[in-house]
Formats: sequence, C-alpha cells, structure tokens
Amino acid sequence: MTLAIETAGLRKRFGQVSALDGLDLTVERGVVYGLLGPNGAGKTTAVRVLATLLVADDGEARVLGHDVRREAEAVRSRLSLTGQYASVDQDLTGAENLALIGRLLGRSGRGARDRAAELLAAFDLADAAGRPVKHYSGGMRRRLDIAASIVVTPDLLVLDEPTTGLDPRSRADVWRIVRALAAQGTTILLTTQYLEEADALAGRVAVVDHGRVVAEGTPGELKASVGAARLHVRFDDGGTAAAAAGTLRTAFGLEVVHEPGSGTLTAPVDDPERATAMLTELTRRHPPMTGFSLDRPSLDEVFLSLTARQEVPS
Amino acid sequence: MTIELLTGGPRPHRAGAVATTAAYARRGLLKLRRVPEQLVDVTIGPILMLVMFTYVFGGAIAGTTGDYLQFLLPGILVMGVLFTAVQSGVTLQADRSAGVVDRFRSLPGWRAAPLVGAVLADSVRYVATAAIIIVTGLLLGFDAGGGVLGVLAAALLVVVFAFALSWLFTTLGLAVRSAGAVQGIGMMAVFLLVFVSNVFVDPATLPGAVAAFVDVNPISHLVDAVRALLHGEPAGPEVALALAEAAAVTAVFAPLTARLYRR
Repeated sequence: MTLAIETAGLRKRFGQVSALDGLDLTVERGVVYGLLGPNGAGKTTAVRVLATLLVADDGEARVLGHDVRREAEAVRSRLSLTGQYASVDQDLTGAENLALIGRLLGRSGRGARDRAAELLAAFDLADAAGRPVKHYSGGMRRRLDIAASIVVTPDLLVLDEPTTGLDPRSRADVWRIVRALAAQGTTILLTTQYLEEADALAGRVAVVDHGRVVAEGTPGELKASVGAARLHVRFDDGGTAAAAAGTLRTAFGLEVVHEPGSGTLTAPVDDPERATAMLTELTRRHPPMTGFSLDRPSLDEVFLSLTARQEVPS
Repeated sequence: MTIELLTGGPRPHRAGAVATTAAYARRGLLKLRRVPEQLVDVTIGPILMLVMFTYVFGGAIAGTTGDYLQFLLPGILVMGVLFTAVQSGVTLQADRSAGVVDRFRSLPGWRAAPLVGAVLADSVRYVATAAIIIVTGLLLGFDAGGGVLGVLAAALLVVVFAFALSWLFTTLGLAVRSAGAVQGIGMMAVFLLVFVSNVFVDPATLPGAVAAFVDVNPISHLVDAVRALLHGEPAGPEVALALAEAAAVTAVFAPLTARLYRR
C-alpha cells in the first residue's frame, strides 16, 4: 500500500529564516501521526507544503503517492486541511459554511445541506446551525472547522494545532473527534506543541525542531530513548536513606542519587523487574520504608532533552 | 457529543468550474444578505454628494440646480458604483487574513473559481448601488432623455466597468496586509480619479495640465458614455472606448490577482 506521506530533504526558507531544513517524514496509512515541536519548529510550514499551499525550495514530498507539486490537484482531492486559524466564514452560519464546502466538493444542493445537518448534529452544533459563526465560541468554531474538513471523507486529514488556544473541555471534545475519526480508519497527521496531546492521540510521533526531525518513533520508544525508569524510595530519616543508598550501590552496582539529609533516594532501573529485588533487599535491611514509586521520564523530559536550544547570549 | 455518521459515503464527482464558481458567488450573496451595511456604507456617500452638490453648488456651477442635476447624476452613478468595487478587495483581504483563502486553496477544482465567484457576486452590489442612485436622481427630478433603454444601458455599462476595475482592487487586496489599508488606498484612488475628471465640472475651465489628465482619465471616458446614454444622445464611440478600457484593466489585473492568490 502506498504511504500516506513521504518527504525527503524538504527545505523552505523565508528570508533569513530556514523554516524547513531537510525534513524527512514517512507516515503509514491508517495511523494518527503526531508532528511535535515547539513554536517555530517548522510544523505549519511542513503542513502547508503537504496541502499544496506552499511550494518547497528543495526536496520531495508525496501525499498518498502523488507529488505535491506535479500532481497538486490529485493531492487536493484526497487531503483535507484544518489550519491553525479557524478557516470558516465568520459571516455565514455553521450550516451555510458546511453546505458551501459540500457544493465545492461536488455534492448537489440538497446533498450538501443534508451532509451539513448530519455533521452539525454529530459535532454537537445542531443548536447553533443557523447562527453566524462570529457568535460561536472558540471550541465550537474549531469543531466546525474540523467538520468542514470531513464534509467529504478525506484519505488524509491534516490538523494543524487543533487544540491550541482551546479550554480543557473543548480540547477534550477535539480529542474525542480525532479518536472517532481514527477508529474509522482515517489517516490523520496532527501537529501539536503539547506532548500530552501527542502521547494521548498519536500512534507514532516525529519530534521536529529547527525544520528537521530530531527523533521519531512511538511515544513509548521516545520515552525509552531518553533513559531508564527510575525508582524513588522514601524513608523516615536521612540517615536510613543514606545507608539504603549505600546498600543499593554495593549490592546492585547502581548510580544511586541521594541528597545528604533527604529521606528519599532515586535509583535508575533499566529492567523494571529488577525493582522487585531492590525493594525486597531494602525492606529486609533498612526497615521501615515509608513509600516508593516507579516512574518513566515524561514525554516532557524527552521533548526538552531533544529540543534543547543553545542559549545565545544576548 | 455523539460522533456517528462521520464518514460521508462515497466521494462525489469532482465539481466542475461552473458549479464551483456558482457556489463561491452564492457565498458572496449570502454574505451581502448577512451584512447589508456594507452596501449602505458605500452608497450613502454618493447620495449625499448628489443632493449637496446639486443644491449647494448647482446654481453657481450650472445656473440652475435642475441643469446641474442633469450634468451631475451620470458622474455620481459612476462614482457610487466604483466605490462599491473597492469592497471586492477589502473582502478578499479579510478572507486571506482569516484563513478562509487557505481553506479554499486546499480544495480541488478550478483555481480561479473563488475569485471569479466573489467578483460575480459583487456585480449584484453594483446593480443595487446603481439602482439606488438612479432612483434617487429621478426622484430629485432628473430627466432621462435616453428613456428606459438608455438608463438600463448606462447602468449595465457602469456595472461592466466596475467588474473590470474590481480586479484592480483584488490585486491591491492581496498586495497589502490589512483590510483597512485596502479600504483607505482604494477609496483614495477612486476619489482622485473621480475628482480629477469631468464628473463635477466641465473640464473646459481647468488649467492645462489638469485638463490634460482629465482627457486621458478613463473615468472621464466612462462618464462621457454614461452621460450620453442617460441623456439619449449618440454614444457609440464613447461606449466602445469605455469597454475597451474595461477589457484592458481586466486583462492586466485579473491574471495579476490570480498570481498573487496562488502565492
């Protein structure tokens, strides 16, 4: 099966700024793929090149097998873009906006109106169908914008920062929509600066920084790439904790972190099963233990370590 | 939120150029119906000028207010409709800023359809503006020597010319960064062209350089043609010249708009 997205060495400069600096992406069909990066990483530029809105200076990009430059019309007929800024007409009602898109995509007047009503109901906008969009809340506008992208089900749905600026409830609504669309087999490319969002929605993630991919994989792989899980053990007093840290160092050969005086120690655990043995040893030799926890580095830490920017003295 | 029926069945056949252009034109008309103020805004100025110039300067310029109305109305008709044409550029700029242009450009179909559709919808506004000004003129006592046919022909000519000139303003709309700038620059340009023309006074009294500009100003040519049609005088060469100039403006600025739109 052809890939949903394939780019190689994509470059785009805006004056002095290099927005894309050799972007390589491979996205299989049928997945939710997250493009994660800080502001200005090149996510939106990449999306605009894929949606044929922008022509790259150099490199190749194919969407569902079609070259974005030479077969732009084929790309446009199979990809839907929901841009970062709600791209619906403020003066028209929700129903009129969706019916317009339906007509533009070849539906009859009645077909377009029916489909609009169906989508408005599904997106919880039926009550607002007859109101001009300028009276919608941010969340409603975003839902309408996503609905506009699936008036005709696209083979690839591109959502550029779909939850930026939304309140938590509206964000949850968008997440639900993305999951529902994914469950029906729509391939989705989603850009986001929220790690939590990529973690929650995407099956695979590319971390983008300075216009190139700096890491790629499942959210789990990305977390694992940054380092082992960590075991935190708490004791009543600093003396016991220090002694326990010594035990772990000698018995397991670990680089245990313990701040003098602190009741808590932290030890790296490359194999989570080994944590059991460590805890057994500690309860036997240094009772009483007041608590413990095992954690993996958060995607936040992955993100920060991958996109760490050189501090430039000003 | 219940999310069902998200897949919309099979993909319909690709919409043709006529269908997409019609859909975009329909959008323009819906917007006009939703925001009728945009029509009032640009019509009220010319109406006020028609009334004020006729009753304040009319006697001084032409001897009687009635004679001046006969002279002035065709020019005010041209001015009013051309003011309306500026709005085409304002609307397009607003669409671009709001991201609506991105949405349209990412859809399949004839690339020029959004532009042609919008400009076609604007023609309805030109007709409305022309009708309002002509009716006001008739109420004030304008004597249309050209009869119904002359009035219709004059209105049609002005609408065609405005349609052509709207491409100039859409080009402007895509070249500047704010809708306010389009409005400001566009209105200023129309104002200058209209004032330094034969709309308000007979250019025979003007100093040489100004008169020379009035002679080559396309607005003067258009006003000559409209005046002749409304007064029921022979208008063949004047109409032909105005139409040729409209065609020239379209030939230059329609492709330029399309090019800027694709960027």
